[in-house]
Amino acid sequence: MNPSSLIESVKDHFPEGVLAFHAYRGDATVVLRRSALLEVARFLKQDPALQMNFLMDLTAVDYSTFGKRPARAFFSSSGVAVRPFAQIPDEAPWPGPPPGSRFAVVYHFFSTAHKHRLRLVVPVEEAHAEVDSLTDLWLGANWLEREVWDMFGISFKGHPDLKRILMYEEFEGHPLRKDYPVDKRQPLIGPVN
Amino acid sequence: MEQTETTSTLETITSSVDDSAGGETRDMILNIGPAHPAMHGIVRIVVRLDGEQVEEVETEIGYLHRGFEKMAETVDYNGVIPYTDRLNYVSPLINNMGYCMTVEKLLELSVPERCHYIRVILSEISRISDHLTCVGATAMELGAFTVFLYMIKAREYLWDLVEKVTGARLTVTYCRVGGVKADLPEDFAEACHKAFEETRTVLSESDKLLTRNRIFVDRMAGTGVISSDDAVAYGITGPFLRATGAEYDVRKDCPYSVYDRLPFDVPVGSRGDNMDRYLVRMEEMEQSMRIVEAALRDMPRGPVLVDPGSGRPIPAAQMVDLAKVGNIGAIAGGSAVVGPTLEGSGHAEHPSIAVDDKRVFLPPKEDTYGNIEGLMQQFKLVMFGHGVRVPQGEVYFPVEGANGELGFYLVSDGGGGPYRLRVRPPCFAIMSALSQLLTGDMVADIVPTFGSVNMIGGELDR
Amino acid sequence: MTSGASFLTSRLDAALGWARKYSIFQYPFVTACCGMEYMATACSHYDVDRFGAGFPRFSPRQADVLFVVGTISHKMAPILTRIHEQMAEPKWVVSFGVCTSTGGFYNNYATVMGIDTIMPVDVYIPGCPPRPEMVLDGLMKLQDKIQAQHTTGLRATPEPRPTSVGRETGLVQLELKA
Repeated sequence: MNPSSLIESVKDHFPEGVLAFHAYRGDATVVLRRSALLEVARFLKQDPALQMNFLMDLTAVDYSTFGKRPARAFFSSSGVAVRPFAQIPDEAPWPGPPPGSRFAVVYHFFSTAHKHRLRLVVPVEEAHAEVDSLTDLWLGANWLEREVWDMFGISFKGHPDLKRILMYEEFEGHPLRKDYPVDKRQPLIGPVN
Repeated sequence: MEQTETTSTLETITSSVDDSAGGETRDMILNIGPAHPAMHGIVRIVVRLDGEQVEEVETEIGYLHRGFEKMAETVDYNGVIPYTDRLNYVSPLINNMGYCMTVEKLLELSVPERCHYIRVILSEISRISDHLTCVGATAMELGAFTVFLYMIKAREYLWDLVEKVTGARLTVTYCRVGGVKADLPEDFAEACHKAFEETRTVLSESDKLLTRNRIFVDRMAGTGVISSDDAVAYGITGPFLRATGAEYDVRKDCPYSVYDRLPFDVPVGSRGDNMDRYLVRMEEMEQSMRIVEAALRDMPRGPVLVDPGSGRPIPAAQMVDLAKVGNIGAIAGGSAVVGPTLEGSGHAEHPSIAVDDKRVFLPPKEDTYGNIEGLMQQFKLVMFGHGVRVPQGEVYFPVEGANGELGFYLVSDGGGGPYRLRVRPPCFAIMSALSQLLTGDMVADIVPTFGSVNMIGGELDR
Repeated sequence: MTSGASFLTSRLDAALGWARKYSIFQYPFVTACCGMEYMATACSHYDVDRFGAGFPRFSPRQADVLFVVGTISHKMAPILTRIHEQMAEPKWVVSFGVCTSTGGFYNNYATVMGIDTIMPVDVYIPGCPPRPEMVLDGLMKLQDKIQAQHTTGLRATPEPRPTSVGRETGLVQLELKA
């Protein structure tokens, strides 16, 4: 199925769950309401026309500094204006991050039978950073969700054993959030710097 | 600290008292800790044993977490490439290629055809060296030290080849957004054929030593079995999945670059045990060599001097010295002679290795040193704060890594570097299935199973 | 070092140094990409066995040189120090690769910026990864160091890197006014 028919079939079955959709650069993407995630995932797996048997990837994005990062100019303090190359123009631009929410949990699905891919984006607010877990449908979601918890602090309802996977338990904070400085070390032994 | 770690895993694996057959037995908890003799990387496997039988397994990873995704947010697009080398560090060119193709998908660029062929050739050479390392290390852990030495010898030949092209043996940083760093040297095809002759000799010797070896077969066949449905549920791809019978290879099913024009087969196993994985990897090496040989035949012509009459060869270093003092006249009409180091590319190589877009790729050396437009292009791409500007967007692009589908998910906010770069590591899925693979087998089977998983710490923990 | 030592003890020192340097039992604490170059150095092409260092001992009790190969993360650091403490004197530490020497380009929350912040290091082999020739050069420097060591194993152990710069020496970091 091509990207637009994939999006159509999801939209037809879940009209109230779909917030937005696009096919930027050929990747079929559907932005979903958090409450609709589990049913849509089940539909994707079981519907014979879609048959998404692979949960390829499960990750999250922190949109809090989107478009607001300062330009990294070495001489910016001296007042020399940095004018990089102009933006390469885009015919069908990307709609942008889901408005109003800090995080988005991104799922990539693939079907070996039909060879098509779909991306689901679930916007998550900071105050209520919780999503349904997909471990019942795909066993691989277990570790992927643990990693999202570890790196972003988004918890998954129904996950059998949500604990850190890449960092050690004594680590405080969630490193991939934009407000965690890249070189803030919390050593178990040894000096901080 | 050690105490808290063991208690947290003890909560899930508790020892039990078993009173069957009149004797009192107790399960033992064995910690195959992060520092262990296997060559594959640091991981902690806590097993609960009933004698020699493994009852329950808990895997703990993250000991090589180096913050790749966080570092990628701090550098510009070409600056991420050295970090990608160190993901799956036995096949660095595949990671480079995957990342560069992701950015090129977002930019909607397509590189010249010769560049595609160069990338494919080097990716396949990387894949061969990855499989050699994996099979060699597995054989060594089972006692076949000779096979390990033979395979590393073959790997050295391949690394010499890679060094000829890229200048480095292991962490190559060869691909760039919009092309590759340098063209293949002139004697590459013969050197490649010689290296493949040696590799084929090594493969046939190892095959004779291992494939029908009673001890090897007894240890590998029937151990570490997983069904293809379970493998798909865990998200396992690559040779591991193909050994279970499911036929999914990104190069065949979602072809990218020039893979759809090159003839090759994809070996598929049936039983999903260690022996099948070993056989699939051995056969894949032969198929990769086939791809490289076909690519060398079909590749479009190499560096072409734009104007053969007037191209006076000047070494690039000399060109810099002349240009620095302003002596542009002396280098006008010359063509730069560059080697496979940091010298960049000259006019001759440029059309075959780089996309023709001044916002993305560095200019040829004659332009950088010879005229102001080239100098400005170089400045705009290299200086701090400038660089490749990518439009806002998100893309996902999968390539076939040595362990499976290596996917890069890139979110860009229009700034100088990636906003969010996610690597979908193939061996992450395989390691999450490790508890299922090991349960039911014996302690000694942990060694070949873990070996055939080909866990690469740089990719698993990123 | 040889305070009033006689001809015999200095000969003994030299003999012991000779014996120790040509029979190095390494503990290769391999974590990352440098491990590939370590394997290449240990195998037939570059052969570290001709230096006498061909047998890795995967038990710290039986090893005398700790080759720390590859990036050490903060999660791994306690385990590394435990291994180091379990080794018996005389022991040496070789920091293989730039990630173990200074942290490499992984200046982030997860990496130990140089293992000399947590243990004394004898030889640093820079490179990312170092070529096998560099590894062999580092090994030869280690052998010179072992040869020069006094019989009792006492030597000036290298100091771990100072953790706070400037406080002791009185130097002050100048601040750039924005």
